[in-house]
Amino acid sequence: MSQDRVMERLLSLAAERFARSREDLKPEDDLFDALEIDSMQALSLLTALEESFSVEIPDYEVQDVRTFQELAEVVASRL
Amino acid sequence: MTVAPEMLDPTRYESLGELLWDALLTFKTETALIEVDRKKETRRLTYLETKREVARVARWLADQGVGADDRVAMLLSNQSRWLICAAAAFHRGAVLVPLDYKLGADEQAALLAHAKPKVLVSEVGMLRRLEKKSLAVPTVLDVDAGWGALPEGDVEAPPRVARTRDDVATIVYSSGTGGVAKGCMLSHDAYLEQLRALMSRFPMHPGHRVFSILPTNHAIDFMVGFVGPFSAGATVIHQRTLRPEFLQPTMQAYGVTHMALVPLILAGFETSIKDSLLERPRWARRLVSVLGGLNELLTTKTPNPAVSRALLSPIHEAFGGELEVLFCGGAFVDRARADLFYRLGLPVVIGYGLTEACTVATVNDLSPFRGDSVGRPLDGVEIRIHAPGVDGVGEVWIRGRTLMRGYLDEPELTAEVITEDGWLKTGDLGWLDASHHLHLVGRSKNMIVTAGGKNVYPEDVEGAFEELEVEELAVFASGFLWPSSLTDEQLVAIVRPRRGNGTQAPSRDAVLAQLRAKNRRLPDHKRVGAVLFWDETFPRTASMKVKRAVLADALRGAPGKELVTL
Repeated sequence: MSQDRVMERLLSLAAERFARSREDLKPEDDLFDALEIDSMQALSLLTALEESFSVEIPDYEVQDVRTFQELAEVVASRL
Repeated sequence: MTVAPEMLDPTRYESLGELLWDALLTFKTETALIEVDRKKETRRLTYLETKREVARVARWLADQGVGADDRVAMLLSNQSRWLICAAAAFHRGAVLVPLDYKLGADEQAALLAHAKPKVLVSEVGMLRRLEKKSLAVPTVLDVDAGWGALPEGDVEAPPRVARTRDDVATIVYSSGTGGVAKGCMLSHDAYLEQLRALMSRFPMHPGHRVFSILPTNHAIDFMVGFVGPFSAGATVIHQRTLRPEFLQPTMQAYGVTHMALVPLILAGFETSIKDSLLERPRWARRLVSVLGGLNELLTTKTPNPAVSRALLSPIHEAFGGELEVLFCGGAFVDRARADLFYRLGLPVVIGYGLTEACTVATVNDLSPFRGDSVGRPLDGVEIRIHAPGVDGVGEVWIRGRTLMRGYLDEPELTAEVITEDGWLKTGDLGWLDASHHLHLVGRSKNMIVTAGGKNVYPEDVEGAFEELEVEELAVFASGFLWPSSLTDEQLVAIVRPRRGNGTQAPSRDAVLAQLRAKNRRLPDHKRVGAVLFWDETFPRTASMKVKRAVLADALRGAPGKELVTL
């Protein structure tokens, strides 16, 4: 799957899960700021991503992640 | 005190390598390791099968020239291969350097540079994060990609390299992400003595199932989730993700009997118990409350998990129905929470310790249960209160065989914390009651220990707030400023706002908004919990450094502090 498609699905999932408008989210955004979430909520987003992409991602992989772009790269690297 | 007959007796061994190898030989057909990923089991090994894997890694380490006193660093999330590789390193007489896999890559690289290991054992994702740093580790074992390349099949283990009790077994970093890296050198004697004291009080045996969820590099899990169960032929269960939604299903599926955790996870369990109670009708909730009282009555002198399980089966079943002990340490446990678990017959063993003293120094032995204290000194550990005030409160000092030999390459720092006659100055404030139970009330050092068990130094956090539009800002530990209790200790930002109006002097609300935005970018454990607005100029040295002690005294003396929660 291309990184663009990963990104598209990631942004849609994040918008839906945290009640944001999809158009307001951009790949380069800091996801914690854009979604106003903490790291535990980010882990719940990760679980949702795992289900959506049928992939398993260790928790530590997202420790240094700040932006949607970086999160998409982590997901893509595990596909 | 002696350990249970079915356990290996730690007093008979000279080193962790000798004890662990004997465990692999002794408990042959017992299940040693189970690994779960999300909800499915991915690996299961008997002690004999584990020995085979340990032999492969030991052979590989020998081929790399690893022998006595060579350092082997571990940077791995919780998994069976953590234990396998550690046992192999000890077999080769190496010094294990367990690193915190939850640190940022920068911090990990700095600690690796400090420890100078000969071999680094790690996994694919973590190595990718470290790739960008220039690492000076000569040899790396990637347990994901490199396992297949280890010597194959039923290889004969290389000879075990003998170590004595006085030799260093591990170097464990107690902090050191900012300032000086504090690598505690712990001897084989410290671990074997700690194991003896702990297991004589809380024996394990084959058939026990220990769920290892704290990072194994953490002193508590190293003992409770590795060395302890192995010396008793018990089973260690690992799960690749520690998100709360995956914990309880595993506890249920395997009937977990033992677990080590930190207060943060205990709080999560409490929420889940309360949520499940709320879903029940009122009469059922009242029944649980009555049964909780009855359970308390029946088990006051000695915990009896069987009685508690029979009385409160719905709650126990949520955790698998087999729990015998929850070891809780790493930070302060709220008394009301400890009492609740005890009432429900989920025995929480609260301990107090620090990396410098191996694992635990005092432990609540449940006979009777005391939620207000961190317990009595373990067998072989001396505790005294240094320079107590009229209220009996002073600095907690510890002495015994479990103390570290010192900080790696830091003799001066070591001399600052260990006296010539062998007392470790903990920097924690407390008092001992008539029954020799230790009570902690604050800290004489400016630091907090988070509910997740992480040591945080306020000075390391201040930098994140440098661009704030305020006159001055300093961060303190609440327990250092206002010693009373260590429940909910947090970082407090002392802020002197700019004077005047307009854009040059943002309002308090604007300052708070800026603080919250900066806070969000920090890892959870480094976040500031509250703000105190302060109108006086901070006292400073000639070189313009904040005089922290003077400012702290002024803050302590100030009447009616108004903390704003962030």
